[in-house]
Amino acid sequence: MTHQLKDGSQVLQVGMLARVEGEGGMHIEIKDKVVQSVKLNIFEPPRFYEAFLRGRKYTEPPDITARICGICPVAYQSAATEAIEAISGAVTTPEIQTMRRLLYCGEWIESHALHIFMLHAPDFLGFDSVIEMAADYGPVVEMALRIKKAGNDLMTLVGGRAIHPVNVKVGGFYRFPTKADMLTLRPDLERGLEESFETIKLVSTFAFPEMEQPYEYVALRHPDFYGIERGTVVSTMGADFPVSEFPAHVKEFHVEHSNALHAHFDGKMYMVGPLARYTLNFAQLSDRCKEAALAVGLGETCRNQFKSIIVRAVEMAYAFEEALRIIDGWTDGAAPSVPVAPKAGEGMGASEAPRGIIFHRYVTDADGIIQDAQIVPPTAQNQPSIEADLKTAAQEWVDMDDHSLTHRCEQAIRNYDPCISCATHFLDLRIKRS
Amino acid sequence: MADAPLPKIAVWKFASCDGCQLSLLNCEDELLSIVGAVHIAYFPEATRAFVEGPYEVSLVEGSVTTPEDLERIHEIREKSGIVVTIGACATAGGIQALRNWADVDEFRSIVYAHPEYLHTLDTSTPISDHINVDFELRGCPIDKYQLIEVLAAYLQKRKPRVPTYSVCVECKRKGVVCVAVAKGLPCLGPITQAGCGALCPSFARGCYGCFGPQDSPNVRSLTNGLAHNGMSEDDIVRVLRTFNADAGAFKAESNRRADALAKGAAK
Repeated sequence: MTHQLKDGSQVLQVGMLARVEGEGGMHIEIKDKVVQSVKLNIFEPPRFYEAFLRGRKYTEPPDITARICGICPVAYQSAATEAIEAISGAVTTPEIQTMRRLLYCGEWIESHALHIFMLHAPDFLGFDSVIEMAADYGPVVEMALRIKKAGNDLMTLVGGRAIHPVNVKVGGFYRFPTKADMLTLRPDLERGLEESFETIKLVSTFAFPEMEQPYEYVALRHPDFYGIERGTVVSTMGADFPVSEFPAHVKEFHVEHSNALHAHFDGKMYMVGPLARYTLNFAQLSDRCKEAALAVGLGETCRNQFKSIIVRAVEMAYAFEEALRIIDGWTDGAAPSVPVAPKAGEGMGASEAPRGIIFHRYVTDADGIIQDAQIVPPTAQNQPSIEADLKTAAQEWVDMDDHSLTHRCEQAIRNYDPCISCATHFLDLRIKRS
Repeated sequence: MADAPLPKIAVWKFASCDGCQLSLLNCEDELLSIVGAVHIAYFPEATRAFVEGPYEVSLVEGSVTTPEDLERIHEIREKSGIVVTIGACATAGGIQALRNWADVDEFRSIVYAHPEYLHTLDTSTPISDHINVDFELRGCPIDKYQLIEVLAAYLQKRKPRVPTYSVCVECKRKGVVCVAVAKGLPCLGPITQAGCGALCPSFARGCYGCFGPQDSPNVRSLTNGLAHNGMSEDDIVRVLRTFNADAGAFKAESNRRADALAKGAAK
């Protein structure tokens, strides 16, 4: 929709940016074909998690913080359990760590499939939604639903349900699924794996706008595997430190146009998410995933956000491989949890949500009552780089007509798979020209 | 019938985590059938397409927490045939209703450096506090099969078959051994509405009440039992004040116990 204003400037408006989780807003001002300012407005009404966590018990964050996001509850549960366990000094067993990774693989599969096919692909294929896509791409949509369901089924088996799993607790799990139960998923996971490799090929054929950005990438690096459920913090500028030093490097700040706090890494804008993980941890992918990525021309690093859809597909294939590896290697009989006693202290935890690093910090008293809580979700960290991408995109394609430019800018936001429930609310997209 | 327009469905979001509307997209086996039976006319999480109202059915997720929400919910009511609220935020105010017991100015300053930038209400309230709601679907999150049942019931012009009895009934049906009796675990199952399929007890943990109060709960008796088994009064107040903290029966008992605690502390 285009409005001519009395002063001659022009406002382009899309009521709400669709196919993102939650709602947010965008405002772009253009004067004489030069982009003057870009704002990602976040109107998500604050729910005050960090405030009402004060006074809650140390055992509660896995259930409570899961409710921050219906799309990535496991990310919250993983970071929360790790932070609380760090306070008590409890050491979880390799089996517990492995089961957390398996549950997390389910979330990566579900969330990546949702974004690749339902939220992102319609941009490239010229549809409003996956529902319209189904008419022309029936088999692809059916494949998408099968892949997504395999992820949800894995979460349901391990966590009890796909949204807000009930089986996660501080110290581990209430009970482990049996190997026999896990093996029932094997055929679907094998098919999902093969279909993920088909997905890599399919999405790599899309037309990608040329736009590379130089941001510092930050991701978790696991000692043994591609980082998912835990790791140390690494960056493309050479940072490498434990999660406990995260607050010393990452500073949050409050800007007027957003209800989500922005963040800087060592004083600069930075990016978390699939491109950061892929670029920093490419060497830890499986040979098959590496080959599939290179075969479609991705390279060992990726700096074009529009290509994040390919990286997500690679990570989805990897998550299926990992799920199969874990299930095949599983032996029943280990204790599903370790005791975690209340203790006064501060603890931190982080994990790789599908959208990037999620960080939790808690301070508890001797009775285990939470005195302070801090949660840094990935989309909040990415806000400055989303805005920078918008500025670059709007300038690069300023000669496009308003309709096309608006769509291109929407796409630049969707590249990040922004989880606006974690961070944002009402995407009211405006381009003002004068 | 082939030529009759499909009923238009709209999906609205207030303060929430998006999980309940995601339940619709999680109907992987049923999604293509659903979109063959109804016209998804407004669902921003899934589509850029936007079809103007009125809508035969509006699904409303989330709780009312901003001045704008107060107006928007009435606009939605006006252009909707029936309004179905989905999930604990929409039916009971959600976890964010914990602010209803707190000083929201203090909450703002804990989380945000510039609280003056924020426009929020001091309360988080269910949709039914503001408009007439035709059907409430409980849960944090809702059960996707209950959502399909509500849509199917609408299409078949019948009442949705959604039970209002307790989680205990589901445990018995599933053959789940009672975790409260056999293991002494604190379990809100007796006072909580069914719908999850006795999920927590089947994972060897007590129910934590995410479907809210069942139709005839005796919360005081249940919580007296928890106290008898050694749960502290603080902990009892906390278990009642989670995702359905503001729901009638849970709220009344948590308030009664919290008041008694405060009086005890004052003595």
